[in-house]
Amino acid sequence: MSKAMTGAKMVVQSLIDQGVDVVFGYPGGAVLPIYDEIFQQNHIQHVLVRHEQGAVHAAEGYARATGKPGVALVTSGPGATNAVTGLTDALMDSIPIIVLTGQVPTFMIGSDAFQEADTVGITRPCTKHNWLVKDTDKLSAVMHEAFHIATSGRPGPVVIDIPKDVQFATGKYTEARQVETHYNPQVKGDMEMITELAKAMETAKRPIFYTGGGVINSGPAASQLLRELVAATGFPITSTLMGLGSYPASGDNWIGMLGMHGLYEANMAMHDCDLMINIGARFDDRITGRLDAFSPKSKKAHIDIDASSINKVIKVDMPILGDCAHVLEDLLNVWKSRGRKTDKENVAKWWHQINDWKKIDCLKFEQKGKVIKPQYALSRLEELTKKYDRYICTEVGQHQMWAAQYLGFEDPNRWMTSGGLGTMGYGFPASIGVQMGHPDALVINVAGEASWLMNMQELGTAMQYRLPVKQFILNNERLGMVRQWQELLHGERYSSSWSESLPDFVKLAEAFGAKGIQCHDPDSLDDAIMEMLNHDGPVLFDCLVEKHENCFPMIPSGKPHNEMILGENADTANAIQSGGAVLV
Amino acid sequence: MSPLKIKKGSTSHSAYDLRPTFSDKKEQHTLAVLVENEPGVLSRVIGLFAGRGYNIDSLTVAEVDHTGHRSRITIVTSGTPQVITQIKAQLGRIVDVHEVHDLTVEGPSVERELALLKVAGAGDHRIEAIRLADIFRANVVDSTLESFVFEITGTPEKIDAFADLMRPLGLQEVARTGVAALSRGAL
Repeated sequence: MSKAMTGAKMVVQSLIDQGVDVVFGYPGGAVLPIYDEIFQQNHIQHVLVRHEQGAVHAAEGYARATGKPGVALVTSGPGATNAVTGLTDALMDSIPIIVLTGQVPTFMIGSDAFQEADTVGITRPCTKHNWLVKDTDKLSAVMHEAFHIATSGRPGPVVIDIPKDVQFATGKYTEARQVETHYNPQVKGDMEMITELAKAMETAKRPIFYTGGGVINSGPAASQLLRELVAATGFPITSTLMGLGSYPASGDNWIGMLGMHGLYEANMAMHDCDLMINIGARFDDRITGRLDAFSPKSKKAHIDIDASSINKVIKVDMPILGDCAHVLEDLLNVWKSRGRKTDKENVAKWWHQINDWKKIDCLKFEQKGKVIKPQYALSRLEELTKKYDRYICTEVGQHQMWAAQYLGFEDPNRWMTSGGLGTMGYGFPASIGVQMGHPDALVINVAGEASWLMNMQELGTAMQYRLPVKQFILNNERLGMVRQWQELLHGERYSSSWSESLPDFVKLAEAFGAKGIQCHDPDSLDDAIMEMLNHDGPVLFDCLVEKHENCFPMIPSGKPHNEMILGENADTANAIQSGGAVLV
Repeated sequence: MSPLKIKKGSTSHSAYDLRPTFSDKKEQHTLAVLVENEPGVLSRVIGLFAGRGYNIDSLTVAEVDHTGHRSRITIVTSGTPQVITQIKAQLGRIVDVHEVHDLTVEGPSVERELALLKVAGAGDHRIEAIRLADIFRANVVDSTLESFVFEITGTPEKIDAFADLMRPLGLQEVARTGVAALSRGAL
């Protein structure tokens, strides 16, 4: 029973059928028929962004905070090319989004028409899959399949390019349940290998769980199962930047984030463990440091839904292909049925060792004098907001790492940060997407002033839709992370890494009709943060911080985990050898 | 979200061989990739090789099942065992890819390539070219008083050998199809 309707109507109908309630977009000539249909219905809210990159990041933020796919709608040509950064970001971080792009009419494709771009060609390497739909009869089936592909297996972004004549033409609407697909990724892990892992857990002397974004992507059940498994085994757990929140920061077994700016105890434990259980992480270069010195004494298990992540850079002993939640459920069952055994004596010794490492207190800082330390600003933000069920976004740079270090995450889907691609300008539009998904929640974007300026136009969007997103800008008038690398690696020659001609952020906020707050005094910081939290509307918080603070601890490029540099007492002069300089 | 029907007989994108040996020795493998015959699918495959820095030694593609909408891409590639495993896993991620077979490790297989060679010459050279073509079971598909076009089928090594012999006899141009390959025996 297929109904006849126009292509434009099909787009809206299939979005409704897929349960979409919000679309982030920007109109233009090639998507006018779809905008006309959006105008004539009340099921889907359209959020008009101020730049297409903002639409895609907002869709990403929405997807990560709600666990549902995000949708963006942009026009042909420049609309589509502006979406490319967001698509690549979503591909790197495995975020399910559906981006609809308008295209010039089919009979004009290839003629260098006005606002024509080869969208499927340009987006092929930065999407999980994409389609150019030339036949209205096929449009609704492609729409439904797009949601299936974006959300199944390893999630990712998809693009549907829809020529304008296809939007105007009438065709048959296909319901989702009538659509056939061959895409069916394996979710159950191999039971033999899961049993082998359970056996390894029973005899491990120095085990560690190393979890990643895959646990979050797998859904809330995966985080719940992970918590059960950790509680049942008593093993320590660390996580990548992407995986924060899957295990609560207040949990007994939490030893902090690992990686280049991770905690000393987490990195030392990764280096010295004898059993590493990787759940939904991918041995990224921010995590491993020098590959040939990465955790040399351990047996490694790797649970991942993507076969290409397994054995890509690190050889593992127990590869388990499958979805985190499915595998964790089986692993927990096998381990329980075998009698819940662990080597308690040695694991206790291991905890003793980890607790010794913790005593180094690698995040210690001293707030002296009248200048706010960025670490202090975030510690206060943590203290004053931890009672809220809050959602934190970040931009990219030092502030992002400090946020990961000093803020605690108790639940999944509360932490939205650009991990793989490292996209400056991600956080602000992402916070808009998060707030759309959770209208009553406290949403804070921890930003640097340089990153924030990259998509500052979205302040208009926040105002238009009355989204009370809090922009917490750690303003050091520098590209802090670039400056830090130039200090460590390029003889303190600070080439183009300071921000001149910065705007007055308070006046900037006011120009948009938002609230601006500036704070430079540690003593008034708490009051200023409370003022931000108590204001019902978007706030631009300009927190003037120490300009030359470096982000520590740090594993220098080309070094293994156990050669971290720690804060103030560290000898940074010869930290990075020439071989490491080529790495980023 | 509404779930979709999974087509009968659909294969899960599964782990191929997940336990490779991490050796530094380069190997040459022949991969048969069965894909949905969609616009852009070849570009996805080639883009993957280009984007991730893998080698393509030879590549052939054509539709093999019109009703089933399937094409078969045969790729000869080389790399360390780890790279070969990555290539197969990465190919498996492409949504339009149905199956990836490594004919080099999945048992015995036959490989054939077709080539056309234009040889121009006169006198003894011309006679010698015809004599060698006969030995290699190459056919003459075009001839003029001063040239031949030979058609030869065989393994890439056989075609290399034939081309090497033709070079001093006036070889002017070569066109090769790249390797097509199938596993031996019934499926």
